[in-house]
Amino acid sequence: MKRRLPLIIVMLTGIGMIIQYFIPHPVSKAIYKQSIDWVIIISAFYLVLGVGGIFIINYQKIKRRKEGWWLSIITLSALIITALIGIFGGIDNKSVFMDIFMYIQLPMQAAMFSLLAFYIASAAFRSFRARTPEATVLLITATIVMLGRVPIGSLIYRGLPGITEWILSTVSLAAQRGILLGVGLGSIATSMKIILGIERSYLGGGE
Amino acid sequence: MNFWIRISDLDRRWIYLLMAVAIILPFFVNITIPIRISPPTQALYTYIDTLSPDSGPILISFDYDPSTQGELTPMAIALLRHAFSKNLHVITMSLYPTGIGIAENITSDIAKEYNKIEGRDYVVMPYAPGYQAVILSIGEDIKNTFATDYYGNRTDTLSCLNGVKNFEQIPIAISISGSSTPYAWITYGYTKYGEKIGVGTTAVSATSYYPYLRTKQVAGMLGGLKGAAEYETLIRKFYHTKGRSMATIGMNSQSMAHIIMIILIILGNISYFAIRKQNKRSA
Repeated sequence: MKRRLPLIIVMLTGIGMIIQYFIPHPVSKAIYKQSIDWVIIISAFYLVLGVGGIFIINYQKIKRRKEGWWLSIITLSALIITALIGIFGGIDNKSVFMDIFMYIQLPMQAAMFSLLAFYIASAAFRSFRARTPEATVLLITATIVMLGRVPIGSLIYRGLPGITEWILSTVSLAAQRGILLGVGLGSIATSMKIILGIERSYLGGGE
Repeated sequence: MNFWIRISDLDRRWIYLLMAVAIILPFFVNITIPIRISPPTQALYTYIDTLSPDSGPILISFDYDPSTQGELTPMAIALLRHAFSKNLHVITMSLYPTGIGIAENITSDIAKEYNKIEGRDYVVMPYAPGYQAVILSIGEDIKNTFATDYYGNRTDTLSCLNGVKNFEQIPIAISISGSSTPYAWITYGYTKYGEKIGVGTTAVSATSYYPYLRTKQVAGMLGGLKGAAEYETLIRKFYHTKGRSMATIGMNSQSMAHIIMIILIILGNISYFAIRKQNKRSA
């Protein structure tokens, strides 16, 4: 029963929501609106789970003195201090909480992401080689798109932005559409497997 | 031959240095390269430009976190400047917990530039979890989704939202994101409720939305820093906006970085073929 009950709930909810979509009756609409509210409320618990997970993992790391345990102290301290400042000091534009966000988190995360430019440059220099005809096509296309996506490209050759736009809106689009159709069909198949109880990995327990 | 081997074995720190110089130097040199407007940017601009204050508030969702703000924040600023220049009402929100701080900060800053008042001319919504459900919920009743705004004021008391119930009164929802969040806006906002969707995304993600542009499921798109620079160019030309054009300034750096990248790729390939030819000869 422990496993069967969640399967029954999922099956009834899944089939119910599919039927609801095609019936524009006030009762059906009310059920739909209620379901959305429930999803938003349940989703709030993701955050509780996430914070709980961070606490447990870092606490165990500190307790067992695992490598880099002192970093876990920083993580937990930052989490607790920021949360307390937000709860007791407010989160408006002039609050300390917002200052922490604007002057600590924002530049740090932006700096981490900006490092990508350097890694990509180094990786492109070492690995982006015309070893095969396919790699050569990729290389030429990438070069055209890279130049066409910046204003200097139109100074080099006036038609470059137009060629870039054509590559993106025609050649790349064809491949993208194929991928999207595949993803769509895959999503339908997975949803059906979950609703019919064939796919049960979401229940946990490794079965 | 030794030269090409040395090039091939170039220490990565030299590449980093070269890249840093290419990015930083253009900030100190005043070069103006004309920016050509791409069709997806023009489409989004034209759509917003046809709206009037009576069309209802436009919705801008800051669906990104600080890591991609370099590319995406200039888009948000340009869109807000355009909307405020036209006296359109604006709803800003975020489907990301870390994006809501950015949304609040940018919206209030740009609103100050145009003397716009919170609650009357614009509203910042708080974070609500479960992004698909949030989009669906806005489609039913936005005031039920967000009972209060970011500052705790009841949304049913805000004049900005007078007569606004759901997507029917919101002419366009623009998702600015470096992830797949715009897909959710298209799937749930457009498909279910027929809402016009605009997309602002990073250059690497832009290709993903071309199929939706072609089918008109997306009204227009700003792709990467260039998309933001194009939008800045349009609003400067037609509305004479005065604020700092961050994306336009950044385009020179991006141009230089791309040129350096292409030079490095060409050098890498020449050295590869030169060494391979030499190895064949010795064999």
